[in-house]
Amino acid sequence: MKKRTLKIKRFNPTKDKKPYWQEFVVEAEDTDRILDALNHIKWYVDGSLTMRRSCAHGICGSDAMCINGKNLLACKALFKEVGDDVTIEPLAGLPVIRDLVVDMEPFMEHYRTVLPYFISETPPPSYGERLQSIEERKIFDDTTKCILCAACTTSCPSFWARGEYIGPSAIVQAHRFIFDSRDDGAAARLDILGNADGVWRCRTIYNCTNACPRGIEVTKAVGEVKKEILFSTL
Amino acid sequence: MAALYTGKEVDTAVISKLYPTRSHTGAAQGGIGAALGNLEEDHWEWHAFDTVKGGDYLSDQDVVEVMCKDAIDIVYELEHMGLPFDRTSEGRISQRRFGGHTNNKTKKAVMRTCNAADRTGHMILQTLYQQCIKNNVNFFDEFQVVDLIFEEGECRGVVAYEILTGELHVFHAKGVMIATGGWGRVWSVTSNALTLTGDLNAILLRNGYPMEDMEFFQFHPTGLHKLGILITEAVRGEGGVLINSEGERFMNRYAPTVKDLASRDVVSRAIYLELQAGKGINGERYVHLDITPETVNHYFKEDDARAVDGKLRSITAEYVQEKLEDISDFCETYLGIEPTKDPIPVHPTAHYAMGGIPTDVDSRVFSDENNTILSGLYSAGECACISVHGANRLGSNSLLDLVVFGKRGGHVMVQEVKEKEFGKIDAQKAIDKVQAEFDAILNSKGQNSPNEIREEMQILMTDKVSVFRTKEGMQESVAKLRKLKERFKSIKVSDTSKCFNLELLEAWEVGCMLDLALVTAKSALARQESRGAHAREDYTERDDANWLKHTIAFLNSDGSITLKYKPVTVTKYKPQKRVY
Ligand SMILES: Cc1cc2nc3c(=O)[nH]c(=O)nc-3n(C[C@H](O)[C@H](O)[C@H](O)COP(=O)(O)OP(=O)(O)OC[C@H]3O[C@@H](n4cnc5c(N)ncnc54)[C@H](O)[C@@H]3O)c2cc1C
Ligand code: SF4
Ligand code: FES
Repeated sequence: MKKRTLKIKRFNPTKDKKPYWQEFVVEAEDTDRILDALNHIKWYVDGSLTMRRSCAHGICGSDAMCINGKNLLACKALFKEVGDDVTIEPLAGLPVIRDLVVDMEPFMEHYRTVLPYFISETPPPSYGERLQSIEERKIFDDTTKCILCAACTTSCPSFWARGEYIGPSAIVQAHRFIFDSRDDGAAARLDILGNADGVWRCRTIYNCTNACPRGIEVTKAVGEVKKEILFSTL
Repeated sequence: MAALYTGKEVDTAVISKLYPTRSHTGAAQGGIGAALGNLEEDHWEWHAFDTVKGGDYLSDQDVVEVMCKDAIDIVYELEHMGLPFDRTSEGRISQRRFGGHTNNKTKKAVMRTCNAADRTGHMILQTLYQQCIKNNVNFFDEFQVVDLIFEEGECRGVVAYEILTGELHVFHAKGVMIATGGWGRVWSVTSNALTLTGDLNAILLRNGYPMEDMEFFQFHPTGLHKLGILITEAVRGEGGVLINSEGERFMNRYAPTVKDLASRDVVSRAIYLELQAGKGINGERYVHLDITPETVNHYFKEDDARAVDGKLRSITAEYVQEKLEDISDFCETYLGIEPTKDPIPVHPTAHYAMGGIPTDVDSRVFSDENNTILSGLYSAGECACISVHGANRLGSNSLLDLVVFGKRGGHVMVQEVKEKEFGKIDAQKAIDKVQAEFDAILNSKGQNSPNEIREEMQILMTDKVSVFRTKEGMQESVAKLRKLKERFKSIKVSDTSKCFNLELLEAWEVGCMLDLALVTAKSALARQESRGAHAREDYTERDDANWLKHTIAFLNSDGSITLKYKPVTVTKYKPQKRVY
């Protein structure tokens, strides 16, 4: 066990005029998660510290936050990687509700605009599955992993500059369907993504790829969508 | 799944304390069981037999048959909704081996579990949510249900706490479906999310309605050492083996035919016995799960394990990496090890509630041991007990259970709701009741920490009401839980804010879990036999003469518990001795 200092940006709209920083000193192992320390503070030091979390092992997407300047899931970030002194802020670019909790609604709204569901014009076989080859399935495998944590979108300077930009996460979601051999909705989605606040706002900065806790090659997916739009308009 | 069916026909609101995509179904790794027979011969009747045997004959066999038969269509339906299953070389849905699923003729493991890499649950959750968006289902995200409204013996709505604003809302309904998942957080080492606290099960108990078979809680054999994070059975399905400190593959001794792929209760007990015999690795309380190609291929040879084409089975590091991507990621992130090179340290972890809200085959809730239907209320998923899983659930049968019975429940709700008028409710009274409960917590002058109480409960339950149980241990648990409940009456919550007051809600959840823990311990204490996940050191055998029956537990208003029983439905499969 080692002493660690957590400097956390606090804000409670029912009493604070503006956010402030607060420091907590906790004992933690190198292999402890940042989330373990946050839970310890919440449960035994200051019950008012507020953050979302659920699965505690990086699959539900609840606890993305900015830890030492990087967007990480608190449950997947260990002290041995992050260091002894840890600064924690809410995700940038989304309105803060309280402490580390941000309003996800603008993010979810972008998500919903890309028609993030399977669209097929051909009826399925009357019995059995639609066929798809192992290779066809592989093309969109990476983007099926997305857990909608928003780490990518809220690390993107283009999104900070303009909240209307649909953002990398929504593009990842669209990619998952555009490249699915069984889906027929690509044209409609490419249309949406080809508009002014779609893929062209991406400046290939790679922050999203670096931020993704699921290891999705986000920038590559965005690039593939861009290419598809260019081909479809030829 | 239910909302998808009701949403197309009648006004539907989905109320969830989490964003729906944060639900713990997203954590399910291995897959969903259905006898498609895509890779080798299989039949739904075999699936049904395996489920009944896995459940140690406590499953109601009529509903098991429905589930296993419906399984095939429902998996195709999910595929038609776009679910990205892995594929076979013919382009069909890929299937893998899982514990307890067998070819009933050869008794060997059969490839029945349909999978999408090792994130099948994630894909199911995403696909169903996507379809709900497509069909404009209404979502109330981050609204926590804190009470059900009953009038004239009928459920007529819910009271929900809006997490953002702290406001209480009444949802007046003709039908309510409960699908709130498990309560693994009653134990200290668990594969379950922090939010799996069994709120609605506790609410039902407090309103005088019973829980079925609560003593049957599954401990999954392979949780990551200390953390409890699940390492899917698919690791063993792909060939992984359990090894003790002597380098021995000990499952040979406990389940000579299917070995590491015996059902979960059997494997968890085997690990406990190895640990008790001092055969934990480095003298500690864990064993190794080895999926390194070297070890796996060695045992394939020893077992003469053949693939469908008749060739000797073998795996490569790349194959493991591809099929078990998330598992590799967990091991690397949390333990700094690579499963293709190093064995994984594991021990049993609290995993799945077989028991829960008693329901019929169309997810209608029963209000007593005589199967009287509680009008207006439905339940499906882990919180419900139909009971298909009996005393021990087979892997990949839960995802199946929740889609099959979610759909059936959804269908029936539509029919029943369409024929009905709104019943009268007193909304103010419903709100006042909950407000009083919360005020009592907020205004309490007590000094007890709800978090300390939760921790003590979790450690107690892990020590005394887990893989092996004794009369003394359970008696002690009941007594201690009663004391914890007393202490809970004077807790302290520091946060009085209306905005995102998770401290208040979490304290309230501790109260829910205490009730569930108590009912679990009491039901377990009463059952004087060993069956499935309920293994007693003082009654080591299954006792069909006296105990082939379901427990129906009521929580009385004075805090005492009344236990009643109802018979198990047996159709084709007569109880036999269970060997793997
Ligand atoms: C790590 C892991 C791996 C698993 N792998 C498999 C597998 O491979 N195959 C398999 O078949 N099964 C598997 N299982 C079991 C299976 O995943 C679960 O039993 C199943 O997903 C439970 O689904 P559910 O819909 O019942 O509940 P959940 O998915 O847990 O959803 C519960 C929902 O209820 C909401 N809720 C809870 N309380 C309230 C409240 N008070 N008010 C409002 N909303 C509330 C939550 O917000 C959530 O949306 C696994 C389980 C775990 C933990
Ligand atoms: S792409 Fe990655 S970072 Fe972006 S929302 Fe999905 S999981 Fe999160
Ligand atoms: S708590 Fe689920 S991703 Fe961190």
